[in-house]
Amino acid sequence: MEVRKDQYNAYVTAVTPVHSVAKNTMYAFLSGGIVCTLGEFVMEYLKGRGAEEQAAGVWTLLLLIFVSVVLTGLNIFQKIARVCGAGVLVPITGFANSVASPALEYKAEGQVFGIGCRIFAIAGPVILYGTLASGALGTLYWLGTVMGL
Amino acid sequence: MEPVEYLKAFLVGGSICAAVQILMDRTKLMPGRIMVMLVITGSVLGFLGIYEPFAKWAGAGATVPLLGFGNTLWKGVRDAVDEEGALGIFKGGLTAGSAGIAAALLFGYLASLIFRPKMKD
Repeated sequence: MEVRKDQYNAYVTAVTPVHSVAKNTMYAFLSGGIVCTLGEFVMEYLKGRGAEEQAAGVWTLLLLIFVSVVLTGLNIFQKIARVCGAGVLVPITGFANSVASPALEYKAEGQVFGIGCRIFAIAGPVILYGTLASGALGTLYWLGTVMGL
Repeated sequence: MEPVEYLKAFLVGGSICAAVQILMDRTKLMPGRIMVMLVITGSVLGFLGIYEPFAKWAGAGATVPLLGFGNTLWKGVRDAVDEEGALGIFKGGLTAGSAGIAAALLFGYLASLIFRPKMKD
């Protein structure tokens, strides 16, 4: 049994891809920087066309979400993410992918229990804890205004 | 259209992603947990009055990462509390985040109808 375990461990080590932390970090930096620069470009373009700062920001996010979802459907996002890691997962592109990917993957399980449930697999926790954090902090802020701080 | 705005967006956005990549490599945290952490952190940084001036300076470098989504939720709550009092605690966050959430759901749903799931390769 011991021999088999050793063999197995050697096998696992052999087939596990070696990720260099420095390389991963560099790819994440470059790709994340590119995504944000694209966002800045869209935002500046819309502001140049007379959009308000806030509206331009929201339209930028919508465009990034749209592109990410299409790339997810074409199975391209997954390939980019394997190389770029946090560079595409940390921007809003990762959130969009986390919504589209499970919805697509589990559509065979039906409209309600497939797409309907799975679409919230990661978006659900993000929305829940985002609402919880902002609600809790908002309560503190509200107490502050009530007590005249 | 200043070139320096693009440089700031690139450097700031890239640095946030690189920092999270290091965290992911060190801890093996799954992307879902990372996203939850980013949104909560963004809310807290917003509450502390740090994220708003930072986003003014860094532009898309600060608003495109999910930290910006957390800050948006917090800002929504704060503004709604200013206008409507305690009711704002419940209304502000989701109202401010509605466009992003609805877009992801709408496009995500449509994609699930249009595209076919691929085998993992």
